[in-house]
Amino acid sequence: MAEVSLKGEQRVFMTGNEVVAWAAVAAKVDIMYGYPITPQNEIMHYWTRLAPKYGKKFLQTEDEISAGFTTLGGILTGRKAFTATAGPGNVLMQESAGMAEMMRIPVVYVIQQRGGPSTATVIYAQQETTLTAFGGNGEGHRIVYSTATHQELFDYTIKAFNSAWTYRFPTFLLGDGYQAKMREPLTIYDPEEKGMKLVPAEATVGDMAESGRSFRHLRNTYNTEDELYEVVMANQRDWDAMAPKVVEWEEKGCEDADVIIVSHGIVSRAALGAYNQLRAEGKKVGYFRPITIRPFPGEQLTKAMKGAKKLLVAESAYGQLLKMVQNGTYDNAIEIAPMLRPGVGITTEEIVQEYNKL
Amino acid sequence: MQELKENNVLQPAMPTSWNEETKPHKFCPGCGHGMILKVLGEVIDELGIKDKMVFGCDIGCSLLSWDFFALDTVQTHHGRTTPVITGMKRAKPEIVGVAYMGDGGGYAIGSQHLFNAAVRNEKITIILCNNCNYGMTGGQMAPTTLPGMKTETTPYGRDVEQTGYPTKGPEMVAAVAPEGAYVARGTVANLRQLKGYLKKALENQIAGNGISFVECLSGCPTNWRTNAKQTWEFIEKDMAQYFKVGELRTPQKKEG
Ligand SMILES: Cc1ncc(C[n+]2csc(CCOP(=O)(O)OP(=O)(O)O)c2C)c(N)n1
Ligand code: SF4
Repeated sequence: MAEVSLKGEQRVFMTGNEVVAWAAVAAKVDIMYGYPITPQNEIMHYWTRLAPKYGKKFLQTEDEISAGFTTLGGILTGRKAFTATAGPGNVLMQESAGMAEMMRIPVVYVIQQRGGPSTATVIYAQQETTLTAFGGNGEGHRIVYSTATHQELFDYTIKAFNSAWTYRFPTFLLGDGYQAKMREPLTIYDPEEKGMKLVPAEATVGDMAESGRSFRHLRNTYNTEDELYEVVMANQRDWDAMAPKVVEWEEKGCEDADVIIVSHGIVSRAALGAYNQLRAEGKKVGYFRPITIRPFPGEQLTKAMKGAKKLLVAESAYGQLLKMVQNGTYDNAIEIAPMLRPGVGITTEEIVQEYNKL
Repeated sequence: MQELKENNVLQPAMPTSWNEETKPHKFCPGCGHGMILKVLGEVIDELGIKDKMVFGCDIGCSLLSWDFFALDTVQTHHGRTTPVITGMKRAKPEIVGVAYMGDGGGYAIGSQHLFNAAVRNEKITIILCNNCNYGMTGGQMAPTTLPGMKTETTPYGRDVEQTGYPTKGPEMVAAVAPEGAYVARGTVANLRQLKGYLKKALENQIAGNGISFVECLSGCPTNWRTNAKQTWEFIEKDMAQYFKVGELRTPQKKEG
């Protein structure tokens, strides 16, 4: 791995997984818990190389269920902790994510998506979009950042810890194997040197510093349906109040666009390429990308597409983003041209081709 | 442990680590869980570790202890108490972490966590209530159900040809844990001895030697459909015959 430090701003050239490990150091994370699965392995490899130099810890668990729950344990004692996984590991980790949603545990999961189900492929994929955004049993009370570049992997890893500890909902960084493994330039930095505030961690249990403290009972069990209802509704209200503060998106040229290309994550790099090329040809095309896919910027998309005739939705999955788009813009029906390519790469040329067919 | 009240009636004193507000507890009358937690409470008092402790309980009847103690408590899902407490201890070694669970949580759904925590010699204390069945879900077969024993899913008795033999947890943990582990099997039929085991299990964690695991033979009269006499007979005769009570590993030496 690159021999760099976080002093000042440093221009570096590294893989996405290395970026995440550096960002976790920059976010002053104390401990990582993890279980190997491609394509996120190198996050653990880099973290375990950095950990002793920065006084950080690591535990390799027996599986992803354990990695998820040990991470929750670490966080409850007041440490900044995270884990990373993909595919079938993401499925197993959703059990802990469900508990974190209900108990408001500020856990950060890094998901480097792979083509599912089961073993399948390990590079280009957006087939964990629905799973990551909504999870299993529960209401999907979480924040999911979908990154497109290495700079974003760095910036949003730091942001993920801040959001998690501010709002106390599980927070996911959604990348993919392509971002994880490719190398590209970016700037890394110490956020505090730049005047960014790192939200401090706080202990929920085992806080010995607080003498004569009153004890806390954290539970996952309710005596009545109504009791559960109250807790879920309180969480829903908090989540609704948070959503407008954390929602993020990027848009270009939507004001006068006839067709808007909608994409997220790695695919939006191809979409941006197509947008630039088509605009250069004088085509009235727009570009819209949700950065948070949960909460989804539905209102913003609805506004952006006011004058448009069509949306071109491109994703490396069979309609997972499409559903979010339809749901987010339901009161403003517009023709949607879907470009659904489950688990395969999408290039600028292909999007241009698809646009030209419209 | 007892104080004389004005009217000369002896009132049992509760351990100070108990949460008085939640007593009487929620376990069925005659259930072993309450007895195990009683001696655990006494041990916590004697060691004076209430303020450093995090008590984790599982799904299963052990969850009824989520507010049993006057100390920090976490209740998690079926079988995941071991990793939650492991994660805490790894992040903050100063705490004393206890994972409390049933045989379903420990030997079926969460067995990979128990096994691997033992192999890694996690510096935590695991206490497992063995009542030969799944209590909370209504008395189905558990990994510890005795051969021939009737449960809701073995209505004609457990057939070992089909379902195997009962899991011997302490034997398994003792076999795989490295030096420094403390492993014992106690019983609610001998609370004084069980208390000694639980005390050693906590002291072993505090000394930082290694994993401490205590299985407790316990009764589930509700699902066994037994009266008091039958319950005690089952624990003392049938269970103790299969599951040998005693210390299997002490931190000083690794036997075998
Ligand atoms: C993942 C999952 N599977 C199944 C259950 C249902 N369940 C709840 S308690 C229980 C059995 C608990 O038995 P045991 O651990 O032996 O504890 P006991 O109730 O006997 O004390 C089961 C199967 C669950 N809650 N979660
Ligand atoms: S069902 Fe059995 S284990 Fe559960 S509380 Fe009742 S007696 Fe105890």
